[in-house]
Amino acid sequence: MSYTFQDIKEAIQARFGEYVVAGENTALGQPQLIVKTSLVKDVCLFLRDDKRFFFDQLSCVSAVDNGPVKNTLEVIYHLYSIPFHLFFVLKVEVERGDGKEQLPEVPSVVDVWRTADWHEREAYDMYGVKFSGHPDLRRILLPADWEGYPLRKDYIEQEFYHGIKVAY
Amino acid sequence: MSQPINHTFDPTHLERSEPLVIDAGILKRGEMIINMGPQHPSTHGVLRLEILTDGEIVKDVSPHMGYLHRCYEKHAEKLPYNQVIPFVDRMDYMAAMNSEHAYAMGVERMLGIEHDIPKRIEYIRVLVAELNRLSSHFVAIGTYGLDIGAFTPFLWVMRDREHINRLLEWVSGARMLYNYIWVGGLFYDLPVGFEERCKDFVAYLKPKLIELQKVIIDNKIFIERTANIGVLPLDLAINYGITGPMLRGSGLKFDLRKVDAYSVYPEIDFDVPIGTGAMGTTGDCWDRTHVRVMECFESVKIIEQCIEQLLGEHKRTREFDPQAVVPKKIRPKAMDFYVRAENPKGELGFFFRTTGNTDIPFRCKVRAPSFVNLSVLQAVSKNVMIADLVAILGSFDIVMGEIDR
Repeated sequence: MSYTFQDIKEAIQARFGEYVVAGENTALGQPQLIVKTSLVKDVCLFLRDDKRFFFDQLSCVSAVDNGPVKNTLEVIYHLYSIPFHLFFVLKVEVERGDGKEQLPEVPSVVDVWRTADWHEREAYDMYGVKFSGHPDLRRILLPADWEGYPLRKDYIEQEFYHGIKVAY
Repeated sequence: MSQPINHTFDPTHLERSEPLVIDAGILKRGEMIINMGPQHPSTHGVLRLEILTDGEIVKDVSPHMGYLHRCYEKHAEKLPYNQVIPFVDRMDYMAAMNSEHAYAMGVERMLGIEHDIPKRIEYIRVLVAELNRLSSHFVAIGTYGLDIGAFTPFLWVMRDREHINRLLEWVSGARMLYNYIWVGGLFYDLPVGFEERCKDFVAYLKPKLIELQKVIIDNKIFIERTANIGVLPLDLAINYGITGPMLRGSGLKFDLRKVDAYSVYPEIDFDVPIGTGAMGTTGDCWDRTHVRVMECFESVKIIEQCIEQLLGEHKRTREFDPQAVVPKKIRPKAMDFYVRAENPKGELGFFFRTTGNTDIPFRCKVRAPSFVNLSVLQAVSKNVMIADLVAILGSFDIVMGEIDR
Protein backbone atom coordinates (compact mmCIF):
# COMPACT_ATOMS: atom_id res chain seq x y z
CA MET A 1 0.00 0.00 0.00
CA SER A 2 1.00 3.53 -0.47
CA TYR A 3 1.28 5.75 2.55
CA THR A 4 -0.29 9.18 2.51
CA PHE A 5 0.88 12.33 4.20
CA GLN A 6 -1.48 11.65 7.09
CA ASP A 7 -0.12 8.12 7.63
CA ILE A 8 3.45 9.36 7.78
CA LYS A 9 2.49 12.16 10.14
CA GLU A 10 0.76 9.71 12.46
CA ALA A 11 3.75 7.40 12.35
CA ILE A 12 6.02 10.26 13.38
CA GLN A 13 3.63 11.23 16.17
CA ALA A 14 3.39 7.64 17.36
CA ARG A 15 7.16 7.43 17.56
CA PHE A 16 7.98 10.84 19.07
CA GLY A 17 4.74 11.94 20.70
CA GLU A 18 2.20 14.52 19.67
CA TYR A 19 4.34 17.51 20.55
CA VAL A 20 6.93 16.92 17.81
CA VAL A 21 4.61 18.35 15.18
CA ALA A 22 4.65 22.12 15.40
CA GLY A 23 2.14 22.51 12.61
CA GLU A 24 1.28 21.43 9.14
CA ASN A 25 0.22 22.98 5.90
CA THR A 26 -1.97 20.67 3.88
CA ALA A 27 -3.57 23.42 1.82
CA LEU A 28 -0.65 23.27 -0.56
CA GLY A 29 -0.40 20.80 -3.39
CA GLN A 30 2.56 19.27 -1.64
CA PRO A 31 1.64 19.19 2.07
CA GLN A 32 4.31 20.11 4.56
CA LEU A 33 4.87 18.94 8.09
CA ILE A 34 6.44 21.46 10.42
CA VAL A 35 8.44 19.76 13.14
CA LYS A 36 10.16 20.98 16.28
CA THR A 37 13.57 22.33 15.30
CA SER A 38 15.47 20.43 17.97
CA LEU A 39 14.05 17.08 16.82
CA VAL A 40 14.45 17.38 13.07
CA LYS A 41 17.46 15.10 12.92
CA ASP A 42 15.75 12.34 14.90
CA VAL A 43 12.67 12.59 12.72
CA CYS A 44 14.84 12.35 9.62
CA LEU A 45 16.67 9.30 10.95
CA PHE A 46 13.34 7.68 11.74
CA LEU A 47 11.96 8.41 8.29
CA ARG A 48 15.08 7.10 6.60
CA ASP A 49 15.30 3.85 8.53
CA ASP A 50 11.64 2.98 9.07
CA LYS A 51 10.79 -0.12 7.06
CA ARG A 52 7.46 1.32 5.91
CA PHE A 53 8.89 4.42 4.27
CA PHE A 54 12.65 4.20 3.61
CA PHE A 55 13.11 7.83 2.70
CA ASP A 56 16.58 7.13 1.40
CA GLN A 57 16.96 10.16 -0.83
CA LEU A 58 17.09 13.77 0.23
CA SER A 59 16.15 15.63 -2.92
CA CYS A 60 16.63 19.17 -1.81
CA VAL A 61 17.23 21.38 1.19
CA SER A 62 15.95 24.90 0.66
CA ALA A 63 16.05 27.79 3.03
CA VAL A 64 13.42 30.50 2.66
CA ASP A 65 13.54 33.90 4.30
CA ASN A 66 10.15 35.38 5.11
CA GLY A 67 11.50 38.87 5.58
CA PRO A 68 11.97 41.12 8.60
CA VAL A 69 8.23 41.66 9.14
CA LYS A 70 7.36 38.02 9.73
CA ASN A 71 10.81 37.55 11.21
CA THR A 72 10.96 33.83 10.41
CA LEU A 73 13.23 31.72 8.31
CA GLU A 74 12.31 28.26 7.09
CA VAL A 75 14.37 25.27 6.12
CA ILE A 76 12.51 22.84 3.91
CA TYR A 77 13.56 19.24 3.32
CA HIS A 78 12.21 17.38 0.31
CA LEU A 79 12.44 13.66 0.93
CA TYR A 80 11.91 10.91 -1.56
CA SER A 81 11.72 7.18 -1.09
CA ILE A 82 13.18 5.30 -4.04
CA PRO A 83 11.77 1.84 -3.17
CA PHE A 84 8.20 3.00 -2.44
CA HIS A 85 7.97 6.13 -4.60
CA LEU A 86 6.86 8.33 -1.70
CA PHE A 87 7.32 12.06 -1.30
CA PHE A 88 7.42 13.94 1.96
CA VAL A 89 8.15 17.53 2.85
CA LEU A 90 9.53 18.43 6.26
CA LYS A 91 9.89 21.97 7.42
CA VAL A 92 11.40 23.76 10.38
CA GLU A 93 10.74 27.37 11.25
CA VAL A 94 13.18 29.50 13.20
CA GLU A 95 13.59 33.15 14.03
CA ARG A 96 15.75 34.77 11.44
CA GLY A 97 18.01 36.85 13.67
CA ASP A 98 19.61 40.05 12.46
CA GLY A 99 21.99 38.36 10.05
CA LYS A 100 25.08 39.63 11.81
CA GLU A 101 25.69 38.33 15.31
CA GLN A 102 22.42 36.49 15.82
CA LEU A 103 22.05 33.65 13.37
CA PRO A 104 19.34 31.03 13.42
CA GLU A 105 20.42 27.55 14.41
CA VAL A 106 19.10 24.29 13.01
CA PRO A 107 20.45 20.78 13.66
CA SER A 108 22.35 19.40 10.71
CA VAL A 109 21.16 16.23 8.99
CA VAL A 110 24.52 15.43 7.40
CA ASP A 111 24.76 12.21 9.37
CA VAL A 112 21.46 11.06 7.91
CA TRP A 113 22.02 11.98 4.28
CA ARG A 114 25.37 13.19 2.99
CA THR A 115 23.45 15.20 0.36
CA ALA A 116 22.73 17.68 3.12
CA ASP A 117 26.43 18.53 3.41
CA TRP A 118 26.67 20.92 0.48
CA HIS A 119 23.04 21.95 0.58
CA GLU A 120 23.43 23.11 4.16
CA ARG A 121 26.64 24.88 3.31
CA GLU A 122 24.74 26.68 0.58
CA ALA A 123 21.94 27.62 2.96
CA TYR A 124 24.54 28.94 5.39
CA ASP A 125 26.21 30.85 2.58
CA MET A 126 23.04 32.49 1.33
CA TYR A 127 20.92 32.81 4.48
CA GLY A 128 23.26 32.50 7.42
CA VAL A 129 21.57 29.47 8.91
CA LYS A 130 23.94 27.81 11.34
CA PHE A 131 23.65 24.06 11.11
CA SER A 132 24.83 22.72 14.43
CA GLY A 133 26.74 19.48 14.09
CA HIS A 134 27.78 20.13 10.51
CA PRO A 135 31.35 18.87 10.09
CA ASP A 136 32.57 21.60 7.74
CA LEU A 137 30.32 24.63 7.72
CA ARG A 138 31.98 27.15 5.42
CA ARG A 139 30.75 29.34 2.62
CA ILE A 140 30.48 27.35 -0.58
CA LEU A 141 29.74 29.70 -3.47
CA LEU A 142 30.80 33.08 -2.16
CA PRO A 143 34.29 34.00 -0.98
CA ALA A 144 35.00 33.27 2.66
CA ASP A 145 35.38 36.93 3.56
CA TRP A 146 32.15 38.11 1.96
CA GLU A 147 29.95 40.13 4.29
CA GLY A 148 26.31 39.36 4.84
CA TYR A 149 23.96 36.72 3.48
CA PRO A 150 22.74 37.74 0.01
CA LEU A 151 19.42 35.93 -0.25
CA ARG A 152 18.02 37.47 2.90
CA LYS A 153 15.28 39.88 2.02
CA ASP A 154 16.91 42.82 3.78
CA TYR A 155 20.40 42.22 2.37
CA ILE A 156 22.42 45.25 1.38
CA GLU A 157 25.68 44.48 -0.36
CA GLN A 158 28.94 45.75 0.99
CA GLU A 159 30.41 48.80 -0.66
CA PHE A 160 33.89 47.52 -1.41
CA TYR A 161 35.34 44.06 -1.68
CA HIS A 162 39.14 43.99 -1.61
CA GLY A 163 39.18 47.55 -2.84
CA ILE A 164 36.81 46.84 -5.74
CA LYS A 165 33.48 48.64 -5.82
CA VAL A 166 30.68 46.08 -5.56
CA ALA A 167 27.63 48.01 -6.73
CA TYR A 168 27.73 49.22 -10.30
CA MET B 1 31.57 59.44 -14.76
CA SER B 2 32.96 56.06 -13.93
CA GLN B 3 35.32 55.98 -11.03
CA PRO B 4 38.85 54.73 -11.65
CA ILE B 5 39.43 51.32 -10.15
CA ASN B 6 41.54 51.77 -7.10
CA HIS B 7 42.77 48.26 -6.66
CA THR B 8 46.08 47.56 -5.06
CA PHE B 9 47.45 44.08 -5.27
CA ASP B 10 47.61 42.32 -1.98
CA PRO B 11 48.98 38.78 -1.87
CA THR B 12 46.76 37.91 1.10
CA HIS B 13 43.56 38.44 -0.90
CA LEU B 14 43.42 34.84 -2.04
CA GLU B 15 44.22 33.53 1.41
CA ARG B 16 41.33 35.51 2.79
CA SER B 17 38.78 34.83 0.08
CA GLU B 18 39.46 31.13 -0.50
CA PRO B 19 41.56 29.85 2.38
CA LEU B 20 43.04 26.37 2.13
CA VAL B 21 41.01 23.66 3.79
CA ILE B 22 44.00 21.45 4.36
CA ASP B 23 46.29 22.81 7.02
CA ALA B 24 49.65 23.47 5.35
CA GLY B 25 51.39 23.54 8.71
CA ILE B 26 50.97 19.87 9.58
CA LEU B 27 52.08 18.23 6.36
CA LYS B 28 53.98 14.99 6.80
CA ARG B 29 57.24 14.31 5.01
CA GLY B 30 56.67 14.01 1.28
CA GLU B 31 53.16 15.46 1.37
CA MET B 32 52.30 18.43 -0.76
CA ILE B 33 49.25 20.59 -1.41
CA ILE B 34 48.55 21.04 -5.11
CA ASN B 35 45.94 23.22 -6.74
CA MET B 36 44.23 21.83 -9.78
CA GLY B 37 42.30 24.61 -11.42
CA PRO B 38 40.45 26.93 -11.55
CA GLN B 39 42.05 27.26 -14.98
CA HIS B 40 42.65 23.65 -15.83
CA PRO B 41 41.20 21.89 -18.88
CA SER B 42 40.38 18.68 -17.06
CA THR B 43 38.27 20.33 -14.38
CA HIS B 44 35.62 21.16 -17.02
CA GLY B 45 35.22 24.78 -16.17
CA VAL B 46 36.33 26.92 -13.30
CA LEU B 47 36.53 24.32 -10.59
CA ARG B 48 39.46 24.43 -8.22
CA LEU B 49 40.53 21.23 -6.55
CA GLU B 50 42.78 21.43 -3.58
CA ILE B 51 44.68 18.16 -3.45
CA LEU B 52 46.82 16.75 -0.70
CA THR B 53 49.32 14.50 -2.42
CA ASP B 54 51.93 12.07 -1.33
CA GLY B 55 54.01 11.59 -4.46
CA GLU B 56 51.56 10.40 -7.10
CA ILE B 57 48.87 9.45 -4.60
CA VAL B 58 45.94 11.72 -3.78
CA LYS B 59 45.41 11.64 -0.01
CA ASP B 60 42.57 14.12 0.13
CA VAL B 61 40.76 16.39 -2.25
CA SER B 62 38.60 19.36 -1.51
CA PRO B 63 36.70 21.23 -4.23
CA HIS B 64 36.39 25.01 -4.19
CA MET B 65 33.50 26.42 -6.17
CA GLY B 66 31.82 29.70 -6.87
CA TYR B 67 34.02 31.12 -9.59
CA LEU B 68 31.06 31.16 -11.96
CA HIS B 69 28.44 32.29 -9.46
CA ARG B 70 25.99 34.54 -11.30
CA CYS B 71 23.32 34.88 -8.60
CA TYR B 72 20.60 32.93 -10.41
CA GLU B 73 18.42 32.65 -7.33
CA LYS B 74 18.68 36.35 -6.55
CA HIS B 75 17.84 37.25 -10.14
CA ALA B 76 14.85 34.91 -10.11
CA GLU B 77 13.42 36.75 -7.11
CA LYS B 78 13.32 39.93 -9.17
CA LEU B 79 11.94 38.69 -12.49
CA PRO B 80 8.57 37.45 -13.75
CA TYR B 81 8.36 33.73 -14.44
CA ASN B 82 8.72 33.94 -18.21
CA GLN B 83 11.79 36.14 -17.95
CA VAL B 84 13.56 33.64 -15.73
CA ILE B 85 13.81 31.10 -18.58
CA PRO B 86 16.92 32.65 -20.20
CA PHE B 87 18.64 32.40 -16.82
CA VAL B 88 17.60 28.78 -16.60
CA ASP B 89 19.32 28.23 -19.96
CA ARG B 90 22.56 29.53 -18.58
CA MET B 91 22.70 27.10 -15.70
CA ASP B 92 23.31 23.87 -17.54
CA TYR B 93 24.42 25.45 -20.79
CA MET B 94 25.14 22.03 -22.28
CA ALA B 95 21.50 20.98 -22.01
CA ALA B 96 19.45 24.16 -21.98
CA MET B 97 16.36 22.58 -23.54
CA ASN B 98 16.11 20.02 -20.76
CA SER B 99 16.33 22.69 -18.10
CA GLU B 100 13.72 24.81 -19.85
CA HIS B 101 11.46 21.81 -20.09
CA ALA B 102 11.71 21.17 -16.36
CA TYR B 103 11.16 24.82 -15.49
CA ALA B 104 8.19 25.28 -17.82
CA MET B 105 6.67 22.07 -16.50
CA GLY B 106 6.95 23.31 -12.93
CA VAL B 107 5.32 26.65 -13.61
CA GLU B 108 2.58 25.01 -15.68
CA ARG B 109 1.77 22.62 -12.84
CA MET B 110 1.59 25.53 -10.43
CA LEU B 111 -0.83 27.30 -12.75
CA GLY B 112 -2.78 24.08 -13.27
CA ILE B 113 -2.58 24.24 -17.05
CA GLU B 114 -0.36 21.20 -17.58
CA HIS B 115 -3.24 19.17 -19.05
CA ASP B 116 -4.20 21.88 -21.53
CA ILE B 117 -0.91 21.74 -23.40
CA PRO B 118 -1.49 20.22 -26.87
CA LYS B 119 0.18 16.89 -27.51
CA ARG B 120 2.09 18.28 -30.45
CA ILE B 121 3.82 20.78 -28.18
CA GLU B 122 4.76 18.06 -25.73
CA TYR B 123 6.19 15.92 -28.51
CA ILE B 124 8.22 18.83 -29.85
CA ARG B 125 9.50 19.52 -26.36
CA VAL B 126 10.57 15.93 -25.88
CA LEU B 127 12.13 15.90 -29.35
CA VAL B 128 14.29 18.97 -28.77
CA ALA B 129 15.11 17.91 -25.23
CA GLU B 130 16.34 14.54 -26.41
CA LEU B 131 18.38 16.15 -29.17
CA ASN B 132 19.92 18.31 -26.50
CA ARG B 133 20.48 15.28 -24.27
CA LEU B 134 22.41 13.69 -27.12
CA SER B 135 24.57 16.75 -27.55
CA SER B 136 25.20 16.98 -23.81
CA HIS B 137 26.22 13.32 -23.65
CA PHE B 138 28.42 13.84 -26.69
CA VAL B 139 30.32 16.58 -24.91
CA ALA B 140 30.55 14.44 -21.79
CA ILE B 141 31.91 11.43 -23.65
CA GLY B 142 34.16 13.43 -25.96
CA THR B 143 35.80 15.56 -23.30
CA TYR B 144 36.13 12.52 -21.11
CA GLY B 145 38.11 10.83 -23.85
CA LEU B 146 40.17 13.99 -24.17
CA ASP B 147 40.88 14.00 -20.43
CA ILE B 148 42.39 10.55 -20.48
CA GLY B 149 44.24 10.89 -23.74
CA ALA B 150 41.91 9.86 -26.57
CA PHE B 151 41.69 12.70 -29.04
CA THR B 152 39.80 11.13 -31.96
CA PRO B 153 36.39 10.58 -30.31
CA PHE B 154 36.35 14.22 -29.24
CA LEU B 155 36.58 15.36 -32.85
CA TRP B 156 33.94 12.84 -33.90
CA VAL B 157 31.39 13.86 -31.28
CA MET B 158 32.01 17.54 -31.93
CA ARG B 159 31.34 16.93 -35.60
CA ASP B 160 28.05 15.21 -34.77
CA ARG B 161 27.14 17.74 -32.13
CA GLU B 162 27.49 20.45 -34.74
CA HIS B 163 24.57 18.88 -36.63
CA ILE B 164 22.44 19.02 -33.49
CA ASN B 165 23.46 22.60 -32.81
CA ARG B 166 22.44 23.56 -36.34
CA LEU B 167 19.12 21.76 -36.01
CA LEU B 168 18.38 23.55 -32.78
CA GLU B 169 19.56 26.84 -34.24
CA TRP B 170 17.07 26.32 -37.03
CA VAL B 171 14.34 25.74 -34.46
CA SER B 172 15.06 28.56 -32.04
CA GLY B 173 17.62 30.92 -33.53
CA ALA B 174 20.30 30.14 -30.98
CA ARG B 175 22.93 27.45 -30.86
CA MET B 176 23.18 26.81 -27.14
CA LEU B 177 20.91 29.05 -25.07
CA TYR B 178 17.54 28.74 -26.70
CA ASN B 179 14.66 30.29 -24.72
CA TYR B 180 12.51 28.10 -26.95
CA ILE B 181 10.23 26.30 -24.49
CA TRP B 182 7.88 28.80 -22.95
CA VAL B 183 5.52 28.45 -20.03
CA GLY B 184 2.40 27.07 -21.68
CA GLY B 185 3.84 26.46 -25.11
CA LEU B 186 6.70 27.11 -27.44
CA PHE B 187 8.28 30.17 -28.96
CA TYR B 188 7.40 28.89 -32.42
CA ASP B 189 6.33 25.75 -34.21
CA LEU B 190 9.02 23.59 -35.78
CA PRO B 191 10.29 25.05 -39.07
CA VAL B 192 8.88 23.43 -42.20
CA GLY B 193 10.93 20.40 -43.14
CA PHE B 194 12.46 19.98 -39.70
CA GLU B 195 11.04 16.51 -39.13
CA GLU B 196 12.46 15.24 -42.41
CA ARG B 197 15.85 16.77 -41.69
CA CYS B 198 15.75 15.17 -38.26
CA LYS B 199 15.03 11.82 -39.87
CA ASP B 200 18.07 12.23 -42.11
CA PHE B 201 20.14 13.14 -39.08
CA VAL B 202 19.03 10.04 -37.18
CA ALA B 203 19.86 7.86 -40.18
CA TYR B 204 23.29 9.49 -40.31
CA LEU B 205 23.85 9.23 -36.57
CA LYS B 206 23.05 5.58 -36.00
CA PRO B 207 26.21 4.13 -37.57
CA LYS B 208 28.25 6.93 -36.02
CA LEU B 209 27.04 5.90 -32.56
CA ILE B 210 28.21 2.36 -33.19
CA GLU B 211 31.57 3.77 -34.27
CA LEU B 212 31.65 5.84 -31.10
CA GLN B 213 30.88 2.80 -29.02
CA LYS B 214 33.71 0.90 -30.69
CA VAL B 215 36.27 3.65 -30.35
CA ILE B 216 35.43 4.59 -26.79
CA ILE B 217 33.76 2.06 -24.56
CA ASP B 218 34.92 -1.10 -26.32
CA ASN B 219 38.43 0.23 -26.71
CA LYS B 220 40.97 -1.85 -24.78
CA ILE B 221 43.03 1.17 -23.75
CA PHE B 222 39.92 2.97 -22.55
CA ILE B 223 38.75 -0.05 -20.58
CA GLU B 224 42.08 -0.47 -18.85
CA ARG B 225 42.14 3.21 -18.05
CA THR B 226 38.66 3.38 -16.54
CA ALA B 227 37.60 -0.05 -15.29
CA ASN B 228 37.85 -0.45 -11.51
CA ILE B 229 38.67 3.25 -11.17
CA GLY B 230 36.54 5.52 -9.03
CA VAL B 231 34.12 2.87 -7.87
CA LEU B 232 30.96 4.41 -6.46
CA PRO B 233 28.97 1.82 -4.49
CA LEU B 234 25.21 2.08 -4.73
CA ASP B 235 24.55 2.74 -1.03
CA LEU B 236 27.04 5.58 -1.02
CA ALA B 237 25.52 6.98 -4.20
CA ILE B 238 22.02 7.03 -2.73
CA ASN B 239 23.20 8.50 0.54
CA TYR B 240 24.90 11.30 -1.37
CA GLY B 241 21.76 11.89 -3.42
CA ILE B 242 23.48 11.04 -6.70
CA THR B 243 21.14 10.90 -9.68
CA GLY B 244 21.24 10.48 -13.42
CA PRO B 245 23.80 8.41 -15.33
CA MET B 246 26.02 8.26 -12.24
CA LEU B 247 23.34 6.54 -10.19
CA ARG B 248 22.46 4.23 -13.06
CA GLY B 249 26.15 3.49 -13.52
CA SER B 250 26.15 2.25 -9.96
CA GLY B 251 23.50 -0.29 -10.93
CA LEU B 252 20.13 1.20 -10.02
CA LYS B 253 17.49 1.35 -12.71
CA PHE B 254 16.19 4.76 -11.75
CA ASP B 255 15.21 7.27 -14.39
CA LEU B 256 12.73 10.03 -13.63
CA ARG B 257 11.41 9.82 -17.18
CA LYS B 258 10.13 6.38 -16.21
CA VAL B 259 9.53 6.91 -12.49
CA ASP B 260 7.63 10.18 -12.69
CA ALA B 261 6.37 9.56 -16.24
CA TYR B 262 6.10 13.25 -17.00
CA SER B 263 5.31 14.86 -20.36
CA VAL B 264 4.76 12.23 -23.09
CA TYR B 265 7.48 9.86 -21.91
CA PRO B 266 4.98 7.18 -20.82
CA GLU B 267 3.80 6.95 -24.44
CA ILE B 268 7.31 6.38 -25.70
CA ASP B 269 9.13 3.08 -25.64
CA PHE B 270 12.71 3.21 -24.41
CA ASP B 271 15.02 1.34 -22.08
CA VAL B 272 16.99 2.52 -19.10
CA PRO B 273 20.57 1.27 -19.39
CA ILE B 274 22.43 0.55 -16.17
CA GLY B 275 25.95 -0.30 -15.22
CA THR B 276 26.60 -3.96 -14.47
CA GLY B 277 30.29 -3.99 -13.83
CA ALA B 278 30.91 -5.75 -17.14
CA MET B 279 34.54 -4.62 -17.31
CA GLY B 280 35.34 -4.36 -13.63
CA THR B 281 33.32 -3.31 -10.62
CA THR B 282 29.79 -1.95 -10.76
CA GLY B 283 29.89 1.81 -10.47
CA ASP B 284 33.33 2.42 -11.90
CA CYS B 285 34.21 5.09 -14.44
CA TRP B 286 33.69 2.68 -17.32
CA ASP B 287 30.14 1.91 -16.21
CA ARG B 288 29.23 5.57 -16.08
CA THR B 289 30.54 6.20 -19.57
CA HIS B 290 28.89 3.03 -20.80
CA VAL B 291 25.54 4.24 -19.47
CA ARG B 292 25.97 7.55 -21.28
CA VAL B 293 26.78 5.92 -24.60
CA MET B 294 23.87 3.53 -24.24
CA GLU B 295 21.58 6.43 -23.39
CA CYS B 296 22.53 8.02 -26.70
CA PHE B 297 21.02 5.00 -28.44
CA GLU B 298 17.88 5.35 -26.31
CA SER B 299 17.63 9.04 -27.11
CA VAL B 300 17.79 8.21 -30.80
CA LYS B 301 14.90 5.78 -30.26
CA ILE B 302 12.88 8.49 -28.53
CA ILE B 303 13.63 10.99 -31.29
CA GLU B 304 12.47 8.54 -33.94
CA GLN B 305 9.18 7.94 -32.13
CA CYS B 306 8.64 11.66 -31.65
CA ILE B 307 9.18 12.32 -35.34
CA GLU B 308 6.77 9.54 -36.19
CA GLN B 309 4.13 11.16 -33.99
CA LEU B 310 4.87 14.65 -35.31
CA LEU B 311 4.47 13.47 -38.88
CA GLY B 312 1.50 11.24 -38.13
CA GLU B 313 -1.10 11.76 -35.45
CA HIS B 314 0.05 15.20 -34.30
CA LYS B 315 1.15 16.61 -37.58
CA ARG B 316 1.48 20.24 -38.45
CA THR B 317 -1.67 22.14 -39.39
CA ARG B 318 -2.19 25.68 -40.52
CA GLU B 319 -4.32 26.55 -37.52
CA PHE B 320 -1.88 25.20 -34.96
CA ASP B 321 -0.69 27.94 -32.65
CA PRO B 322 2.10 26.90 -30.27
CA GLN B 323 1.41 29.97 -28.13
CA ALA B 324 -2.32 29.34 -27.78
CA VAL B 325 -2.09 28.21 -24.15
CA VAL B 326 0.66 30.63 -23.14
CA PRO B 327 -0.88 32.57 -20.25
CA LYS B 328 -1.02 36.34 -20.57
CA LYS B 329 -0.33 36.68 -16.89
CA ILE B 330 1.62 34.09 -14.98
CA ARG B 331 0.40 34.41 -11.43
CA PRO B 332 0.21 31.10 -9.53
CA LYS B 333 -1.69 30.81 -6.28
CA ALA B 334 0.22 30.99 -3.03
CA MET B 335 2.01 27.68 -2.66
CA ASP B 336 5.27 25.85 -2.24
CA PHE B 337 6.09 23.63 -5.13
CA TYR B 338 8.91 21.27 -5.92
CA VAL B 339 9.26 19.91 -9.44
CA ARG B 340 11.90 17.55 -10.76
CA ALA B 341 12.87 16.18 -14.11
CA GLU B 342 15.56 14.04 -15.63
CA ASN B 343 18.36 16.12 -17.08
CA PRO B 344 21.36 14.59 -18.84
CA LYS B 345 23.28 15.06 -15.58
CA GLY B 346 20.59 13.86 -13.22
CA GLU B 347 17.62 15.14 -11.29
CA LEU B 348 17.06 18.83 -11.88
CA GLY B 349 14.72 20.22 -9.25
CA PHE B 350 13.10 23.60 -8.87
CA PHE B 351 11.62 24.70 -5.59
CA PHE B 352 9.20 27.60 -5.91
CA ARG B 353 7.50 29.63 -3.26
CA THR B 354 4.80 31.90 -4.56
CA THR B 355 2.82 34.47 -2.66
CA GLY B 356 -0.18 34.66 -4.98
CA ASN B 357 -0.17 38.42 -5.42
CA THR B 358 2.76 38.99 -7.74
CA ASP B 359 4.14 37.61 -11.01
CA ILE B 360 7.52 37.12 -9.43
CA PRO B 361 8.57 34.03 -7.49
CA PHE B 362 9.20 34.70 -3.81
CA ARG B 363 11.89 32.05 -3.84
CA CYS B 364 13.24 29.85 -6.61
CA LYS B 365 15.76 27.34 -5.42
CA VAL B 366 17.51 25.05 -7.86
CA ARG B 367 18.56 21.56 -6.99
CA ALA B 368 21.31 21.20 -9.55
CA PRO B 369 22.33 17.63 -10.41
CA SER B 370 26.00 18.49 -10.97
CA PHE B 371 26.16 20.24 -7.62
CA VAL B 372 25.02 17.12 -5.80
CA ASN B 373 27.00 14.75 -7.99
CA LEU B 374 30.25 16.60 -7.44
CA SER B 375 29.90 16.36 -3.67
CA VAL B 376 30.77 12.67 -3.78
CA LEU B 377 34.19 13.38 -5.32
CA GLN B 378 35.95 13.55 -1.98
CA ALA B 379 34.54 10.20 -0.91
CA VAL B 380 35.53 8.24 -4.01
CA SER B 381 38.95 9.70 -4.67
CA LYS B 382 40.88 8.80 -1.56
CA ASN B 383 44.23 7.12 -2.29
CA VAL B 384 44.00 7.23 -6.06
CA MET B 385 46.64 8.40 -8.51
CA ILE B 386 46.50 12.03 -9.64
CA ALA B 387 45.88 10.87 -13.21
CA ASP B 388 42.97 8.76 -11.97
CA LEU B 389 41.49 11.77 -10.22
CA VAL B 390 41.20 13.36 -13.65
CA ALA B 391 39.50 10.21 -14.91
CA ILE B 392 37.09 10.16 -11.98
CA LEU B 393 36.17 13.83 -12.28
CA GLY B 394 35.65 13.49 -16.02
CA SER B 395 33.30 10.56 -15.55
CA PHE B 396 31.07 12.69 -13.30
CA ASP B 397 30.21 14.99 -16.21
CA ILE B 398 29.83 18.23 -14.29
CA VAL B 399 28.92 21.63 -15.66
CA MET B 400 30.13 24.52 -13.58
CA GLY B 401 27.37 26.82 -14.74
CA GLU B 402 24.96 24.63 -12.88
CA ILE B 403 27.05 24.09 -9.77
CA ASP B 404 27.70 27.77 -9.17
CA ARG B 405 24.45 29.01 -10.71
